[in-house]
Amino acid sequence: MTAQTKFRTAFNPAAARKDFQILSRSVYGKPLVYLDNAASAQKPRQVLDAMDDFAVSEYANVHRGVHYLSATATERYEAARETVRKFLNAESSGEIVFTKGGTEAINLVAYSYAMPRIEAGDEIVLTVMEHHSNIVPWHFLRERQGAVLRWVDVRDDGSLDLDSLASMIGPKTKLVAVTHISNVLGTVNPIKEIVARAHAKGVPVLVDGCQGAVHETVDVRDQDVDFYAVTAHKLYGPTGIGALYAKKAHLKAMRPFNGGGEMINEVTRDMVTYADPPARFEAGTPPIIESVGLAAALDYVNSFDRAAVKAHEHDLLAYAREGVRQFNWLRVIGDAPGKAAILSFEAEGMHAHDLATILDREGLAVRAGHHCAQPLMERFGVASTTRASFALYNTRAEVDVMIEALAKARKILG
Amino acid sequence: MDQSLRELYQEVILDHSRHPRHFGKLEHATNTAQGYNPLCGDRVTVYLIVGNDDRIADIKFEGKGCAISQASASLMTDMIVGRTVAEAEKLMGGFLELVKGENVVDLNDDDRERLDVMAGVSAFPMRVKCATLAWHTMKSALEGGGTAKTE
Repeated sequence: MTAQTKFRTAFNPAAARKDFQILSRSVYGKPLVYLDNAASAQKPRQVLDAMDDFAVSEYANVHRGVHYLSATATERYEAARETVRKFLNAESSGEIVFTKGGTEAINLVAYSYAMPRIEAGDEIVLTVMEHHSNIVPWHFLRERQGAVLRWVDVRDDGSLDLDSLASMIGPKTKLVAVTHISNVLGTVNPIKEIVARAHAKGVPVLVDGCQGAVHETVDVRDQDVDFYAVTAHKLYGPTGIGALYAKKAHLKAMRPFNGGGEMINEVTRDMVTYADPPARFEAGTPPIIESVGLAAALDYVNSFDRAAVKAHEHDLLAYAREGVRQFNWLRVIGDAPGKAAILSFEAEGMHAHDLATILDREGLAVRAGHHCAQPLMERFGVASTTRASFALYNTRAEVDVMIEALAKARKILG
Repeated sequence: MDQSLRELYQEVILDHSRHPRHFGKLEHATNTAQGYNPLCGDRVTVYLIVGNDDRIADIKFEGKGCAISQASASLMTDMIVGRTVAEAEKLMGGFLELVKGENVVDLNDDDRERLDVMAGVSAFPMRVKCATLAWHTMKSALEGGGTAKTE
């Protein structure tokens, strides 16, 4: 690689920061340092403008009217679906179902795919690092249909033991549900291998990609996943929209989970027939403006060299990891090789909420609590952790602020 | 340091949280309840012995939580032991007003002064639920048990 190409592919966080006006505000008189990106990322001007422009000049309901604006809005909505297809490298945009978020995408699989296929005693394999959104829908199946949840443990460094996962998959297993990236540990799971192991036993795999799609390049065909759930708001897009990728054969065999307008073929007093996927799963008026925002967010992410962004985020993580090493009272939870830029830790003698309150007054937005991952908290023997999660716009200078604030918190509480 | 932080984490609070009074399980409790904060996962159990004279003869608590919730529980147990149920509930009313930054209407000067160390919480609306967890749990125990939740 020549020096010139290197220069062109380098990622400049300072330039990207200018797209996020909120990052220049202050809180309590201190510059905002936003490190709660795994909960939700901030939105760049490009996303906000795209939604605003669309609402101002092209908005109408989709798939219904014959009028000009309805046709325009429908085109934009379907174009957004195509943008998501490309982002995930799905074969056809018909495999992309818009949902209100990652949670609804997983619930759609639980209700429409798993529920009719589960009998008492059938098993669902999941990992202890799942977010509640990839746990509770399976508890529904346990409660209502007698499904058995089989939990794959993690190693002490937060990595998944593939052999242990594979050994859990038996003749009664109906689905493997696993996250691509842990929202607490940052662990990046080897999806392609997991899928290969599961498919070898004829079991489909659902991947919670809410964090994964942010930090990793997703290729659902190469990974051969059956279902992949994403949400827009962690990807610099708006709230209220997400998507489910599902293999066409699965979608065709699935009954709808929500009933209403836009998802039917024909309705009479005595019968109803359903539209083909993906419309079959999109009852009611969808998040239309948000779909335009989601497409703009994916365009935004793709406007950078994603490998360079990833390298930048990894640099921040390594820098922060090194920075907290000086604190012998701080225990990092999750140190798996190649992990994404999420740093969770427990501080001796300091509760996560006290710590986060003090950091907050220094302008730092971090997360404290169980991060909707209580089985994982239990696995590591903690009630809660403090979590700093990085995005493309964060900088080393912000990590410095965090390290200083941690030292200060120790002084106050220690 | 930020003045409101200094007030929130003043020495009395930190001392209570590090060395909580009345911490532990109470055998032969007449009233017990568990408190749970689903947002942070903090738990507290409050044990009371209420005599025939309606007086709180003894109280203990156990659980895990942040400095604010632990200090608040510790201070509460210190203050309500020996009071009647009605007095304890009245004290709780005053405490809730105090941490929410409302006008405290019905506390005597001595109680007001002792509770005042918790007044700093009112500047941190997200933390009010931490301060009130043990109190709600105490009330729930007096009312016959069950699980109190703050969120």
